[in-house]
Amino acid sequence: MCGPGSDHSHGPTPAGADLNVDLLEENNDTAQRNRLRLDLAGVRCINLMSGPGAGKTSLLERTLAAIQGRMQTAVVEGDMTTELDAERLRAYGVPVVAITTGRACHLDADLMANGLTQLEQAGSLERFDLLFVENVGNLVCPAEFALGEHTRVALVAVTEGEDKPLKYPLMFRCADCVVVTKLDLLPYLRFDLPHLIAHIHQVNPHIPVFALSAETGEGMEPWLEWLQTEVAGIGTQPVVATL
Amino acid sequence: MPHEVDMTRALILSLRDWHAGQSKSHPIRRVLLLVGQFTGVEPDLLRSAFARQKLDTAFLREAELVIRESPFVAHCRGCNQDYQPDIGLRYACPTCGAAMDEIRSGRELKIERVEWADDDVTG
Ligand SMILES: Nc1nc2c(ncn2[C@@H]2O[C@H](COP(=O)(O)OP(=O)(O)OP(=O)(O)O)[C@@H](O)[C@H]2O)c(=O)[nH]1
Ligand SMILES: [Mg+2]
Ligand SMILES: [Zn+2]
Repeated sequence: MCGPGSDHSHGPTPAGADLNVDLLEENNDTAQRNRLRLDLAGVRCINLMSGPGAGKTSLLERTLAAIQGRMQTAVVEGDMTTELDAERLRAYGVPVVAITTGRACHLDADLMANGLTQLEQAGSLERFDLLFVENVGNLVCPAEFALGEHTRVALVAVTEGEDKPLKYPLMFRCADCVVVTKLDLLPYLRFDLPHLIAHIHQVNPHIPVFALSAETGEGMEPWLEWLQTEVAGIGTQPVVATL
Repeated sequence: MPHEVDMTRALILSLRDWHAGQSKSHPIRRVLLLVGQFTGVEPDLLRSAFARQKLDTAFLREAELVIRESPFVAHCRGCNQDYQPDIGLRYACPTCGAAMDEIRSGRELKIERVEWADDDVTG
């Protein structure tokens, strides 16, 4: 690391100390602890991120309906002000912890730790195979705040146009998988799916992309298969290295 | 509410931890940050959040926040060259068109250094 030069000539030479610590160190440490809790319990955690209204809750609804009885699932639902999304998901008979973030535009590792603790109040996390997190609808902030999740899924709706990954590259770069949503609306739009996928791959070359509709169910099968391999892959995950 | 407000809170907490561990208590005069251009952080928003939040502390009240930005640099393995992606427009290698594989710089969010005046010991 190249430290800042002592190039200021005025006044006495300032005394100082090189810290070289990450600004988000506290959040990252807490995320590591969350991750350990999940790993010890054998729970796979998937963080869904997108701009507002891309279809995170709708995808969860379809998904929960499809995996009912096959995977024991819980949801941590991040929302700025309301419990509306949480209520929608409770209809599927899974535990849903609602975290209203208030003025914050993203979930952070502390809020996530809180969510895990709430889930534990009704018994050990071991009862779950899969934990979904629905992050706050925002294309920028959630990408910088690790929660302890294993996998990040970025959603983008066909109605958002092909340029989203170029305008908001960070979220697509930080994701492990992209879901293109609202595929049933294609006939009504001037929108080129291969063009969007090319933009995603410009930013993140090897990332898997699924295109589907939570409305009609089209394209759900490959996504559900991928989920299955995610949950099965828990044993091969590297143990949290730094603690 | 921009997340720079939260980042600033995290920054001040880290500085407070560090400051509490020091044997002499100097008020801090300068805080040097390194902020990459491929982060979700806007330096101006960080500066204004810091200017507000530092007033709630004693040890940072006089501190100036100095932000050094690190450029967004990617590397193309095929061409064996570094390049600067054109944020918002193009991330692929300008020479061969290969997708952005490796990022060499621009993801940093670091507290590099703190400084104080040696004669200003309090307490
Ligand atoms: N036609 C169609 N509409 C959809 C689809 N998925 C979601 N929608 C609609 O898009 C709107 C937003 O969907 P949500 O699932 O609430 O989106 P969200 O990402 O959870 O939204 P926030 O949590 O507010 O960020 C709703 O009106 C949904 O009915 C889809 O596959 N097809
Ligand atoms: Mg939602
Ligand atoms: Zn190249």
